[in-house]
Amino acid sequence: MYALSVHGLSKRYRNGVHALQGIDLQVAEGDFFALLGPNGAGKSTLISICTSLVTKTAGSVQVFGHDLDTDLERAKSCIGIVPQEFNLNMFETPETIVVNQAGFYGIPRALARERAEKYLRQLSLWDKRRSMTRTLSGGMKRRLMIARALVHEPKLLILDEPTAGVDIEIRRSMWDFLRELNEQGITIILTTHYLEEAENLCRNIAIIDRGRIAEADRMDSLLRRLHIETLVLSLRAPIAMAPKIAGYEFQLADPQTLEVEVGKDQDLNGLFARLSTEGVQVVSMRNKVNRLEEIFMRLVDRSGAAP
Amino acid sequence: MSAVPAPSRARIRWIGFQTIVLREMGRILRIWGQTIVPSAVTAALYFVIFGSLIGSRIGQMDGIEYMQYIAPGLIMMAVITNSYANVSSSVFSAKFARYLEEIMVAPLPNWVIVAGYVGGGVLRGLLVGGAVTVAALFFTHLPVHHLIATLVAVLLTAIIFSLAGFINGVFARNFDQVNWIPTFILTPLTYFGGVFYSINLLPEWARTLSFANPVLHMVNAFRFGFLDRSDVAVGWAFGIMALAAVVLFFVALRLMDRGTGLKD
Repeated sequence: MYALSVHGLSKRYRNGVHALQGIDLQVAEGDFFALLGPNGAGKSTLISICTSLVTKTAGSVQVFGHDLDTDLERAKSCIGIVPQEFNLNMFETPETIVVNQAGFYGIPRALARERAEKYLRQLSLWDKRRSMTRTLSGGMKRRLMIARALVHEPKLLILDEPTAGVDIEIRRSMWDFLRELNEQGITIILTTHYLEEAENLCRNIAIIDRGRIAEADRMDSLLRRLHIETLVLSLRAPIAMAPKIAGYEFQLADPQTLEVEVGKDQDLNGLFARLSTEGVQVVSMRNKVNRLEEIFMRLVDRSGAAP
Repeated sequence: MSAVPAPSRARIRWIGFQTIVLREMGRILRIWGQTIVPSAVTAALYFVIFGSLIGSRIGQMDGIEYMQYIAPGLIMMAVITNSYANVSSSVFSAKFARYLEEIMVAPLPNWVIVAGYVGGGVLRGLLVGGAVTVAALFFTHLPVHHLIATLVAVLLTAIIFSLAGFINGVFARNFDQVNWIPTFILTPLTYFGGVFYSINLLPEWARTLSFANPVLHMVNAFRFGFLDRSDVAVGWAFGIMALAAVVLFFVALRLMDRGTGLKD
C-alpha cells in the first residue's frame, strides 16, 4: 500500500498562480522520501493540499488508501505535519501545545500527557515544558513542532524544511531521530534545501519544478545517473595557466586551485599521473558540489525548460 | 510506538470539542484582566451613573425601578460583547499566527471546530454575564420570574454572538477588521436595543424600526425572564433567536467548508 498516492493534482490560486500542474506521485509505506525543488516550485502547496490546509483545484490524494475527498478524517489521522513556518501559539507552553494537539486527535487527557512527556523528552524539550513558547530558540520551536506532529503517533510524517535555521549539531541529532522514527515504521516525507540532508536520509526522491515532477526515482539510481563530477584540486605550488591534457577539461580557479571535470569512465590514477608529468602536484582533492546538488541543478535548469 | 486501540469517530470528535473549549477557557482565564474584569467594571460604572445618579431622577420604567430595569440589559450587553469578542479575536489570532492549522489538520469535522469555538465564546459570555450579575446585586434586587426563559435567552444570545464572532474572525484580514463590527454595528445595535429604555417611549417610526434590531428581542426576552416585562412578544423573540442561531451556524460551517479566508 502507498502511504501517499497523488494523481493529477493541480492547484491554481485565486491570483492566477498555477502552483501545481497535474502532479502524479507515489510514496511507499515505510519509505524515507525526499521532495526537492527550488523556492516556489510547489512543494509546500503539495504538502498543504495533502494535509488539507489548501484546497486543490483538481486531482486526487489518498493517504494509506483513504481518499481526502471521501474519507478525510481517517486520512488526516494518518498524517503528522511539521510545517516550514512556525505555527505555534507563542503564549502557550510546549506541554500545553502538545497535550492539546493530542486532544484534537481524540487522545484522552491522561494518555496525551504521557505522550507529551515522551516526545518532549525525546526532543530534549522536557526542561522547557513550562516555558512560554515565545522564549524558546528557533531550534527548540522547530523541535516542538516535531513533538506536536508525533503526539498522535502518525503513520506518515511530513516535514517541510525541518532543519532550516538549525545549527549543525542539532541538525545531525534531528537526522538520527528521524532515522529512528523511520526504522520504527513511520513513513517520512521530507522537503529540504540541504541536499546533503536528502542524500543522507532518503531512499527515494522526487524533484519538483514549476508545479511539475521533473524527476522521481530511487536516490541511488539518480546518483548513479550522474556521469560527470567536478573535482577541485589544491596544488602544492601556484601555476600560471591551466594544463592542457587530452580528455580532461581544466579550469584555474586561482593559481593554486584547479577544477577538473571527470567522467565516470575516466580513472583518477591516470589523471594524477599526467598532471605529475606536467609538473603539477596535487596535495588535496574534493567534490565541487555534492552529487545530488549537481543533479538537482541540471534538472532544474530554468533557462532551458519548457513552460 | 505504543499500541493503543483507535478511538471511535464520535469519541475523537467529543475529545476534540472538549480540547478546543478547554483551550479557550485557559485563554480566558490566563488573560482574565482583559477578558472578565473590564466588563464587570464598566457595568458597575453604568449602575453608579445611570442607575444611581441619573436613575434616581428617572424613577420607574415600565413600572419597575430604573436600576432594576436596566440590570438585565446590562448583563445581556456584557454577554453580547464578550461572546463576540472572544471568538472573533481568538479565531483571528489563531489564523494570523497560523496555529489554527493545529486544528485544521486534525481529524475533526468543521462543525466540531465551529462548535468548539462557540463553546469558548459562550463560556466567556456566561462568565462575564455572571460577574456583571454579581456587580448588579450590589446595586439592586434581581428577582427571577421565569428561570428557563432567562437561561434560554442568555444561552441563545451567547451562541448567536459567538457564531457572529467566528464569522468575523474568519473573514478578517487584519485586527482593524476584527474591531470594526463591534464598534460600528454591535455597539449601536446594543445601545438602541432597549437596554436603557422601553421602546414604548419612542415615536411610532422609531418603535417600528427597533423591531428590526435583533438585540431588542434578546434583551427583552432576558428581561422577561427576570422581571416579567417585555416590549416584544416573547415567543417571537425566542423564535427569532433560534432562527438566527441556526442561520449563523450554517453560514460559519459553509465558510469553513469552502475554506474562505483560511485555505487560500
